[in-house]
Amino acid sequence: MDMKTTLMIIAFAPLVAAAIAGLFGRQVGRIGAHTITIGAVGLSCVLSVRVLLQFINGEATPFNENLYTWMVTGDLSMHVGFMVDSLTAIMMTVVTFVSLMVHIYTIGYMSEDPGYQRFFSYISLFTFAMLMLVMANNFMQLFFGWEAVGLVSYLLIGFWYKKETAIFANMKAFLVNRVGDFGFLLGIGAVLMTFGTLDYVEVFNQAPQMADKTITIIGDNQWSMMTVICICLFIGAMGKSAQAPLHVWLPDSMEGPTPISALIHAATMVTAGIFMVSRMSPLFEMSDTALSFVMLIGAFTAFFMGLIGIVQNDIKRVIAYSTLSQLGYMTVALGVSAYSAAIFHLMTHAFFKALLFLGAGSVIIAMHHKQDMQEMGGLKKYMPITFITAWVGTLALVGFPGLSGYFSKDAIIVATGLSDRWGSDVAYIAVLLGVFVTSLYSFRLLYLTFHGKERMDHHTKEHLHESPWVVTLPLVLLAIPSIFIGWMTIEPLLFGGFMNDAIVVNPTNDVVKEIGLYHFDTTAGFALHGFVTLPFYLMLAGFAVATYIYMKNRALASTIKKQLAPIHRVLENKYGFDAFNQKFIAGGSVKLGEALWKWSDSKLIDGWIVNGSAKLINKVSVGIRSIQSGYVFHYALVMVVSVIVFIGIYVFK
Amino acid sequence: MFGWSELVPAFPEILVLSMACVVLLVGLFTDKKKGGFIVFLSVITMMFAAILTLKDHVAGVEFTKTVIFNGTFIRDEFGDMLKVVVYLLMISVFFYAKQYLRQHDNLQGEYFALLLFATLGIMVMISGHNFIALYLGLELLALSSYALVAYNRNDLNGNEAAMKYFILGALASGMLLYGMSLIYGAVGTLQINEISQAIAGQNNDMFLVLGLIFVIVGIGFKLGAAPFHMWVPDVYEGAPTATTLFIASAPKIAAFALAVRILGQSLDVLMIHWQSMLATLAIVSIIVGNLFALQQTNLKRLFAYSTISHIGFMLLGLVGGAEGIAASMFYIIVYTIMAVGGFGMIVLLSNKGMEADQIADFKGLNQRSGWYAFLMLLLVASMAGFPPLIGFFSKLYVLKAVIDQGHIILAAVAVIFAVIGAFYYLKIIKVMYFEESETDQAIDASFDVKTVLSINALAQLGLLVLLPVLFQYCIRVTGSL
Repeated sequence: MDMKTTLMIIAFAPLVAAAIAGLFGRQVGRIGAHTITIGAVGLSCVLSVRVLLQFINGEATPFNENLYTWMVTGDLSMHVGFMVDSLTAIMMTVVTFVSLMVHIYTIGYMSEDPGYQRFFSYISLFTFAMLMLVMANNFMQLFFGWEAVGLVSYLLIGFWYKKETAIFANMKAFLVNRVGDFGFLLGIGAVLMTFGTLDYVEVFNQAPQMADKTITIIGDNQWSMMTVICICLFIGAMGKSAQAPLHVWLPDSMEGPTPISALIHAATMVTAGIFMVSRMSPLFEMSDTALSFVMLIGAFTAFFMGLIGIVQNDIKRVIAYSTLSQLGYMTVALGVSAYSAAIFHLMTHAFFKALLFLGAGSVIIAMHHKQDMQEMGGLKKYMPITFITAWVGTLALVGFPGLSGYFSKDAIIVATGLSDRWGSDVAYIAVLLGVFVTSLYSFRLLYLTFHGKERMDHHTKEHLHESPWVVTLPLVLLAIPSIFIGWMTIEPLLFGGFMNDAIVVNPTNDVVKEIGLYHFDTTAGFALHGFVTLPFYLMLAGFAVATYIYMKNRALASTIKKQLAPIHRVLENKYGFDAFNQKFIAGGSVKLGEALWKWSDSKLIDGWIVNGSAKLINKVSVGIRSIQSGYVFHYALVMVVSVIVFIGIYVFK
Repeated sequence: MFGWSELVPAFPEILVLSMACVVLLVGLFTDKKKGGFIVFLSVITMMFAAILTLKDHVAGVEFTKTVIFNGTFIRDEFGDMLKVVVYLLMISVFFYAKQYLRQHDNLQGEYFALLLFATLGIMVMISGHNFIALYLGLELLALSSYALVAYNRNDLNGNEAAMKYFILGALASGMLLYGMSLIYGAVGTLQINEISQAIAGQNNDMFLVLGLIFVIVGIGFKLGAAPFHMWVPDVYEGAPTATTLFIASAPKIAAFALAVRILGQSLDVLMIHWQSMLATLAIVSIIVGNLFALQQTNLKRLFAYSTISHIGFMLLGLVGGAEGIAASMFYIIVYTIMAVGGFGMIVLLSNKGMEADQIADFKGLNQRSGWYAFLMLLLVASMAGFPPLIGFFSKLYVLKAVIDQGHIILAAVAVIFAVIGAFYYLKIIKVMYFEESETDQAIDASFDVKTVLSINALAQLGLLVLLPVLFQYCIRVTGSL
């Protein structure tokens, strides 16, 4: 099977499955729906792995071909095409693998839901959209995938469309992403304006000549074109990858079913922004300003969003804030030009965060859809598999040396320390302290959920039991890469130049290479070295604090809460982002909308323009209708008169 | 006499002529209630004609145009493409006609023979390379059409419509001939290509412009462009629906070909004059068509006025230079497909003794049959020009060509009235989906008719895949004139 066919099957099998499960859900039934979608995604996954292996073994060369010309207008032609290189291959594998796990898991999680087929259709559709996004070879298709994953995300956040909070979250996600997408679209527009094409390769080839190009936006200030393009594109990434201040939708998105929290809002869609910036590395490398901006936004998100995680009580929300914080780490990596480290962390994070979410989902099933950790505790003896895999995921997340999260996170931290980009000191401190915070909220979650006293009510307790195999199997299958994937892949991925065909880094910015030269000897050595570095001690500190407070001295938690009441309140209010948006942006929009509706819409447009013109046209058409009398001589007369008028106009001017 | 090889390019025409005679004969021996064989023969004729027309267009082989019969008949890519469209349209016309005539127990060979003669007229109009040949084609088409309109001998409305059509048609034919004779007087030839050269050599402007005006009246009448449109609503309404759907489709393509042959090819030197005349006709048609359509409750009449506005759009394209002619061609092809489907829907919903030609007859169609309501939705939405249906793109191409030529005001007026027009299309959709059905009668049609109708309507979506290819073809064949 040649590359093109393989790629077509990978991308379109989930689409076909989604169509069948969605349009003929009633006919194929529940079993039919999940068999078809799992089969299709499984096929995609197997083929993706095969493509990745070909890249690893050096058998495949980057593929770039247009499949279909969608439209041509002027000099611009828009295509559907695939560009598959090592970066894409990694993304495809991660996406299809996690998606497959989530598909299987869903059989158990959604077993009692009436929207069973619809759900499978959506997640398959999502897989297709995400694949289109990562496999795109031009900005147009990237944007298509970008919006399509967004669409499915909204559909799934609002999956339980009778639940008020879900609808609210759904709309919020949609609106916040509008802001990001607006920037993204401006960025694509700027690319088109500058390069005259939307094709990746052509854009990247031309990029070096555009380094000095400037643009005036407001007043006479000259802006570097590249900086403008990159910042606009990154605003898109901020929306999709939930970077502050456009992060507000992600915690609310937890109103959706847990499998999609794992798939979309942890492992894949939210990393689209990270992927996009890496893909655009030839452009971003040309603007230090844009990269500094990226780095600082990432650092802010990484540290401050982690802090909020400490005060949350909803199990999914803790993980959601953790996701925000980890996305911040990836963004920092992008900002210091360590794109490969960002992709590396993206990959490891996809596995362990999906694991944590699915683990949380397993707990939620057992707790009969209660999500408050204050009502849990001591679950370890009831759900051993969930318990063990949750520990694995947590250790990977906090970066215990040797586990996958350690390698990727440590690479980012070291890279940030080595970078001499403007502001990298601040970012370095943020990512270091972030380790402590991560450790604190992660172990807090574990203790509150699985250890300590059993705080649930009697009824729930009676029914506690481990989840069925379709739920625990994906946990186990995700736990394996969470442990080993970092160990196996760090060397080729970061230092072996595996992604050299996809990622461009200026030699002066290349911190990853510096790590390779001075801080990395062997994988085992790097792992062992992890036990004597500052992040390890910070992680231990977080562990110690969490253990002391939540295992030994529960009373201390409320004492601290009282002592630090102002800070606690700030964190509870999530720094006021939500309140601000709700009051000024949402409230202001509603007021403005009401005013516009009252005056311009109902008075001016409806009253005068729409109804007024309709009335006028109606009168006119009733009036002229009498000409169509039905008499032949009238008709002939009209013709003859028209001829005479024509002759008058054109012959005797 | 002509040699054998001289006849080869005219094989499709010869085939259609012979088969028309065969059908006429076979019809004598066929039961009025059956007649499936006649339909079969007619459809097969079109298919073979298509094969004959297409067989010389092989990928990779250069197609050269041939002029035969002392320069009166031309076979070129432009003509062949239009003819293929006509065959396809006629095939669906035959199926709908079968359905309609069976409903009325009146399926006779004459009807199909007349349709085939009319098709022959259309083909001659497309391929005529001489004013007289073009006129002959036009008259053959017109005479067949008059008879088709009056087909239900006992229907007073039909007879009245045929009479009006005949009288006004005669008037228009007279004007067309008068115009042709004026041009002949000025240049001394009737050959399309020779006229063009002859005009370039002299400047007897007034005679030519006068001739041009009369020719345009003739073309305008055939197309049904305002202010020569008065016959359209009465004939559309009075004629049997099967005839209406024929008149609304293939003859429009012939009239388009006539306009391109006469105006674009022979009178190209007078372009400034005819462009401004056509622009006038176009705008008047768009305005009149859309405004009158608003008041209609009879669907056939509504479609008649909508035709007028669509013809206006098509004429607008002819104002838009070379690319505009391609856009016009695309527009008229797309329009005829929509029109056939729209009338086909009326045929489908009609029953013995009941014509579903009122908007009210479409009430609650969605409850009676979701699929047909959806098909009608596609057709009507495409007529209104909603993206992403093909009717949107045909409008887009025309407007783009017009704007590229700098006629922004024309484009703006066209768009404003197209928006006004969207109202009556939406009214149909509203009635189908949001009102209660007054009858729960099952929709009864044979499988082949249902299939043709589905294809017809789904083409509004399906052609999107071929959109760039189709438009490229239009550009190529109009460029090769």
